Amino acid sequence: MLRLIASRILQFVLVLWLVATFTFLLIRLIPGDPVDVIVPTRRIPGSVAAERAKEVRRDLGLDKPFVVQYVKYLGNVATGDLGRDYGSGRPVTDTLKTALPVSLQLMLYAQILALTFAIPLGVFTAYRAGTRADRAVNATAFGMLAMPNFVLGLLLAFIVGAELKWLPTSGYSPGWLDPLFSNRTMDLGPHIESMILPAFTLAVGQIAVYMRLLRSDMIATLQENFITMARSKGLSDRRILWRHALRPSSITLLTVAGLNVGTLIGGAVVIEVIFGLGGMGKAIVFALNQKQYVSLQSLILVLAALFVLVNFLVDALYTVVDPRIRRARAA
Amino acid sequence: MSDTRFSEEYEGPLLEVTDVKTYFETDRGVVRSVDGVSFTLERGKTIGIVGESGCGKTVLARSVMGLLPRRGLIREGSVRFEGKELIGLTPREMRAYWGSQLAMIFQDPMTSLNPVMKIGKQITESIREHLDVEKKYALELAESLLRSVRIPEPQRRLDDYPHQLSGGMRQRVCIAVALAAGPKLLFADEPTTALDVTVQAQVLDLMAEQQRERFMAMVLITHDLGVVAGRADEIAVMYAGRIVEKAPASVLFRDMKMPYTQALLSSIPKLADASHTRLATIPGRPPDLVKPPKGCKFAPRCAYVQDRCGEEEPPLTPGASAGHEFRCWFPVGTPEGADALARNVERRLPAALVLAAADTVEV
Amino acid sequence: MPAPPDRPSDSTHADGLGRDVLVERPSEALLASELEGLVVDGELIPVAAIEADPKAHRHKLGVGAWLAIVWMALMVGMAILAPILPVGDPEETISAEEIREQGNCVTVERLGREIEQCNIAARGPFADDGGAPGYLLGGDGNGRSMAARLVYGARTSLFVATGAVLVGFVFGGSLGLIAGYFGGKIDTVLTGMFNVLLSIPAIILALALVSFLAPQSSEGAGVDPPWWRSSSMILIYAIGVVAIPLLGRITRAATLTWSQREFVLAARAQGAKNARIMIREVLPNVLPAMLSITLLGIAVAIVAEGALSILGVGVRPPTPSWGNIIALDRAYLLTGAPHIVLEPATLIFVTVLSLNYLGDVVRARFDVREAGI
Repeated sequence: MLRLIASRILQFVLVLWLVATFTFLLIRLIPGDPVDVIVPTRRIPGSVAAERAKEVRRDLGLDKPFVVQYVKYLGNVATGDLGRDYGSGRPVTDTLKTALPVSLQLMLYAQILALTFAIPLGVFTAYRAGTRADRAVNATAFGMLAMPNFVLGLLLAFIVGAELKWLPTSGYSPGWLDPLFSNRTMDLGPHIESMILPAFTLAVGQIAVYMRLLRSDMIATLQENFITMARSKGLSDRRILWRHALRPSSITLLTVAGLNVGTLIGGAVVIEVIFGLGGMGKAIVFALNQKQYVSLQSLILVLAALFVLVNFLVDALYTVVDPRIRRARAA
Repeated sequence: MSDTRFSEEYEGPLLEVTDVKTYFETDRGVVRSVDGVSFTLERGKTIGIVGESGCGKTVLARSVMGLLPRRGLIREGSVRFEGKELIGLTPREMRAYWGSQLAMIFQDPMTSLNPVMKIGKQITESIREHLDVEKKYALELAESLLRSVRIPEPQRRLDDYPHQLSGGMRQRVCIAVALAAGPKLLFADEPTTALDVTVQAQVLDLMAEQQRERFMAMVLITHDLGVVAGRADEIAVMYAGRIVEKAPASVLFRDMKMPYTQALLSSIPKLADASHTRLATIPGRPPDLVKPPKGCKFAPRCAYVQDRCGEEEPPLTPGASAGHEFRCWFPVGTPEGADALARNVERRLPAALVLAAADTVEV
Repeated sequence: MPAPPDRPSDSTHADGLGRDVLVERPSEALLASELEGLVVDGELIPVAAIEADPKAHRHKLGVGAWLAIVWMALMVGMAILAPILPVGDPEETISAEEIREQGNCVTVERLGREIEQCNIAARGPFADDGGAPGYLLGGDGNGRSMAARLVYGARTSLFVATGAVLVGFVFGGSLGLIAGYFGGKIDTVLTGMFNVLLSIPAIILALALVSFLAPQSSEGAGVDPPWWRSSSMILIYAIGVVAIPLLGRITRAATLTWSQREFVLAARAQGAKNARIMIREVLPNVLPAMLSITLLGIAVAIVAEGALSILGVGVRPPTPSWGNIIALDRAYLLTGAPHIVLEPATLIFVTVLSLNYLGDVVRARFDVREAGI
């Protein structure tokens, strides 16, 4: 058991290292010179601009050999120094402190919403597979999958925000997670208001996927012998569905939901932009626009690390849900 | 062990199955899995239903219990349990019977138990569904149930998962689960087929013991005549959805009439045979249940077949002893039958040759 | 490896964020019998109508599929024939004179006086003030014909989407083929590469790639970059690179199932070279499965282009694409001219729906027989 954990942790670190390397390379191998962007008119040699460019280069550490840069980078990452914005000197960790909780909360709400709808729908459509109700729900799910999430976000902002004026169309108020990261205080009411539409937009796309996954696994499970056995014991259909069939069928759903967590954090970028939430997505876009490559590097690294961590946790969760896996792993 | 509850009002047989038909609508056509089966069963008695795979015995069991999925299902006939008609009841209405009156154990114990639920829970679930008892009491009941099915260390087993037990123990647990609410009738669908030979007898003995103690009726379904020999009061042989011979056990083995029964019996390998004796199998395969052939369904594989068999289906005719019925134009042990067999041997019909080569059947 | 299991999968779904999710069906034995019935003890117990799409098993295409095909034909036709269609110039603002000439000015009441309005900027087809007569789909924020922009937009969007999927297909596909066929170290390295790329959320990766590949300002503003560095092409590269690991993994899974089969062993026994076997034996069998992924992929790429436009890195205006029409004028959604967003949004929605549907139909057709893929 301990060996298992150790090997998993090793894998985790390995992937992190690979991603860090990749981000490092990405930024350095693209055409164009980052210095160019900060000091655009340096071409004239001997000018003030050229001198400035040299300074910048030195500050960014770009004058050192490639390998040295790489080692320094890895060292920084390992000690938690994620760099600073050039110019303002603002540490990336500060940006993270405000942006990360926003994205995390958004992702959490979206997942909860999605599962809250998807699980009952999945169970219901599996139970009533082949009926008209099932076909109707499936068709709707299909439609939901086709709707791009930014269009939905814009539509919701339009209908609910502008026409009905029930909810704000942009802006963010801190929630319960923010105080843990930074010194913002929670403002629960406005927080929830500002998060409902974006969370719902994100959730809609997931509902369809989760529901279909669960449905297909449930249908297979419902044909197993132990379900007939449970029926022959006189248990109600409801009990059978929820207490007997759901657990063994939820494995794929769990995997996908878990993997989605990481994707959601990054993929919620567009939603964050549309609804004016200052999350990781916004931060990355901002860094890109401002050509703050150091920040960018670190932000992407953090996202990737989160993603990998989540996968790791999902894996661990497997063994809780299905005791057979626990035994198979130990063997 | 508590006795199953007595129903004072009804005096007749516990189970009356009359001309039950079970068809399925599929893309290929209507599959006639069970095509007119009748039998009765008294309390405390066992009927064995014997036949090859595909003969409809499993569908029959599930149909009588009402456990088949309803879409595309056609059920006709009558199933009376303690005088009350079961066909036509909705699943909700059937739930009053499942577990507390009727129970079933399945062929493969591994797939019959929920793999992610503790064994104790699976037993207590049934108990608490039908008896209004506290959790603690239910657990005690569960433990004593496990003890009665001879599972060692029953208390620890309550917290185990199915995959932690051996095949034989799992089947015992299934028996415990099925009997938890004290049913009056137990369907055992190939209960020992998935088990080791050494364990088979133990499980069968256990089931017989439980049956005696509870005065329970049992329907024992199997493809193996050896399983029902000595354990069933009455035996019904099924083929292609119909009963082709039915008799009290002793009568069947002594005086079988239907060639299929004879073939089944002769295909059981016997210890007394010399080693390397060729197994007498029945050539051919069961008929298509969507478009069954005219006449007797067993005709294509029968050692006694004559022209009439392909034209007219033989009805169930009573035999010499009471309670003996069979379906055959040229039955075993009759002059017509013997003639038919002789003629077929001359014609070098494969089934006839196989039979002639096998030892004479004696039980 | 943190990525999802790399075993050959039974089916793929496109998830809401455009990622293909590989799903293993839990019970292989039931797969084949799902529509015929359960086989219990050798007896058939039919379990009717499990699959939601019964059309997949007939040899004719259903109504839905035909509708989808017709729509796609329309869109592709529009895209290809754009220059010769009578919709006008998508980049040119329709001037007031032209509208006056067409006799399409409307009289509006402003500040108690009646004045003549000869402008279609932000005037939608159903607007209160008489709409934009002569311009069926209204005008965009800059007074350009929506119809023209949508038609040319189809051209750009479909071009970008198809190009990106092609990049993914060609590179990802070949890498996947190689990984699946050779196995061993090559496979481990390639799969590792895929997984690293996949650890970064797709949009972020695409965003980063686009930003880096875009011409830097110091290279001379106002000078048009060469065609292979135009904003459309950059989008193709970026989305394509994101697609590579996805398509690579799927191809690899498909290749794995196929390369174990006997005819491959037979070819090898005959002394055929690996490359030859891969191309002539394995590839033709892998391709049909890839077809459905391609269709789904194009849908995803269209949406991706839209998302990137909202992030500000889409096709550079004034060239229209469905995505950037929405992105650039999205404020009008809240300020009285929703048609500018709703029209391209509808086109995207129906196109994605059609592609998804066709992709599903193709997959059901081929995958039913290839349960191992």
